[in-house]
Amino acid sequence: MIQVREVTKRYGAKTVVDQLSFTAKPGQVTGFLGPNGAGKSTTMRMIVGLDAPNSGDVLVNGRTFASSAQPLHEIGVLLEAKAVHPGRSAVSHLLALARTHGIPRSRVDEVLHLAGLEKVAHKRVGAFSLGMGQRLGIAAALLGDPAVIMLDEPVNGLDPEGVLWVRNLLTGLAAEGRTVMLSSHLMSEVALVADHLIIVGRGKLLADTTVADLVTSEGVRVVTAAPDELRAMIGGAGVTVTSSGADSLFVTGRSAREIGLAAATRGIPLFELTPQNASLEEAFMDLTRDAVEYEAAR
Amino acid sequence: MKITPGGVVAAEWTKFSSLRSTWITTGVSVFLLVAFGMIASASFDRGGADAVGLALSGSTLAALAVGVLGVLLGAGEYTTGMIRSTLAAVPRRLPVLWSKSLVAGIAAFVMMTVGSFVAFALGGAVLNNAVAGMSLGDDGVLRALLGAGLYLGLVAVLGVALGMLVRSSAGAIAILAGGLLILPGLAILLPSSIADAINPYLPSNAGSAVMALTHSDGTLAPWAGLGVFALYVVAVLAAAAYRLKKSDA
Ligand SMILES: Nc1ncnc2c1ncn2[C@@H]1O[C@H](COP(=O)(O)OP(=O)(O)OP(=O)(O)O)[C@@H](O)[C@H]1O
Ligand SMILES: [Mg+2]
Repeated sequence: MIQVREVTKRYGAKTVVDQLSFTAKPGQVTGFLGPNGAGKSTTMRMIVGLDAPNSGDVLVNGRTFASSAQPLHEIGVLLEAKAVHPGRSAVSHLLALARTHGIPRSRVDEVLHLAGLEKVAHKRVGAFSLGMGQRLGIAAALLGDPAVIMLDEPVNGLDPEGVLWVRNLLTGLAAEGRTVMLSSHLMSEVALVADHLIIVGRGKLLADTTVADLVTSEGVRVVTAAPDELRAMIGGAGVTVTSSGADSLFVTGRSAREIGLAAATRGIPLFELTPQNASLEEAFMDLTRDAVEYEAAR
Repeated sequence: MKITPGGVVAAEWTKFSSLRSTWITTGVSVFLLVAFGMIASASFDRGGADAVGLALSGSTLAALAVGVLGVLLGAGEYTTGMIRSTLAAVPRRLPVLWSKSLVAGIAAFVMMTVGSFVAFALGGAVLNNAVAGMSLGDDGVLRALLGAGLYLGLVAVLGVALGMLVRSSAGAIAILAGGLLILPGLAILLPSSIADAINPYLPSNAGSAVMALTHSDGTLAPWAGLGVFALYVVAVLAAAAYRLKKSDA
């Protein structure tokens, strides 16, 4: 379990993470989403204590990570930037990390096998491709058989086979009851594996939700000759109706079918009845629109 | 599967021994020590020098090389990004600095002690006729050779500490070279009363005292000199520890 509690991080005058709180629970995959520069990597560095928050705190499995007696067993991480000496072989890199905890050599071979790196195990990491580097990072994250696995943009640079591997790996780890958290700025990537979504923008929490909720939060667009009459008919608890023009309404809490049937009983003409099941990607864009910092010119 | 002090030392040894640059710098350090010792022993044909001093003429350059070895180990963590992997595995942080210093210090001490004895043996074999030969049993010889190993081992630790403190290889090497080589040169520019007072306490002068066969005026006693040098190392280590603990990785 990862608990981020009202964490704020400033670099100079810039607040990069702003009063952020969320929990990533065991047994599920938590997707950590946000546009470029939203503070995802910074938050992940704070979770493993590499950067210290200006205020707030982080608990890993209920404890402060720095005081852990077996850090690699608590949480395994893949961070954004390469965190490997290019002059070392994959084996030596993993072995050096393993030795801190007395993890046996056999486990090093195991994770190398798991990541498909056996053939290049003795090659200098400096000669690795981006994808091979990612695989090594994931192998390192798994080394201590950790209760929490946290990966910053894990599929970055991976080939389709690698992407599939990571997806299955993560869902498998969550099914074993581990806490899995991965970041991305692509909703489509995360929606396939994540149960739980944390969406941030400019360091602030924008949404703490699930994939299902994010999709169903959409409504129905109605264009009709008698908007006021229709509005009175379909209103009720859990229903919101907003008018988005002289003859158009936007309804949430009623399906298109319900609205259509209601209109028919009174003979109200409908010109348009469109479920706005925005794709996840659109929902994500809507949420983060105001929080995008580095936007392409258009 | 728990983090242990011995485990962290073993990890640092794995890191040390799995880099080609480590072996190259170590090899260069030994080579400089032995080669300069032999050249000086063979070519020096005036009075006023002793066989040990000549055999250890390479110690200044060897100190630089062995210091660079330490810097590469310390600053390399930051220049490559490895520090993030390292600290995610050892979030208490300070054991990393102590273990790295220990590994670099002991490895340098062993290699440089061997180098000193080899330089003395080979230097003795080619020693110029104008200089009296010496054997290991002569007064101060063992202390000087062993002292050279200790001094150079401490220089490696100084390099590690500087590297971890400055986090840049170029910066740390500049400070190291400045402190060991340039400082004594600058001291000469001061009025002689002041220069004479501080000269013996400059890092490389203090550290070199332990390698001198005979104690001359204007230098510290052998072990006192090494002690003063060790204090410099401890001070830089303390600064490095403070920065490691307090600042973002
Ligand atoms: N060490 C640092 N010093 C100063 N500013 C920093 C530092 N690290 C990050 N930042 C700034 O903090 C902001 C958030 O960066 P961060 O890397 O956490 O974003 P991100 O959500 O991971 O983005 P991306 O999706 O591009 O990876 C950025 O504006 C970045 O420039
Ligand atoms: Mg990032």
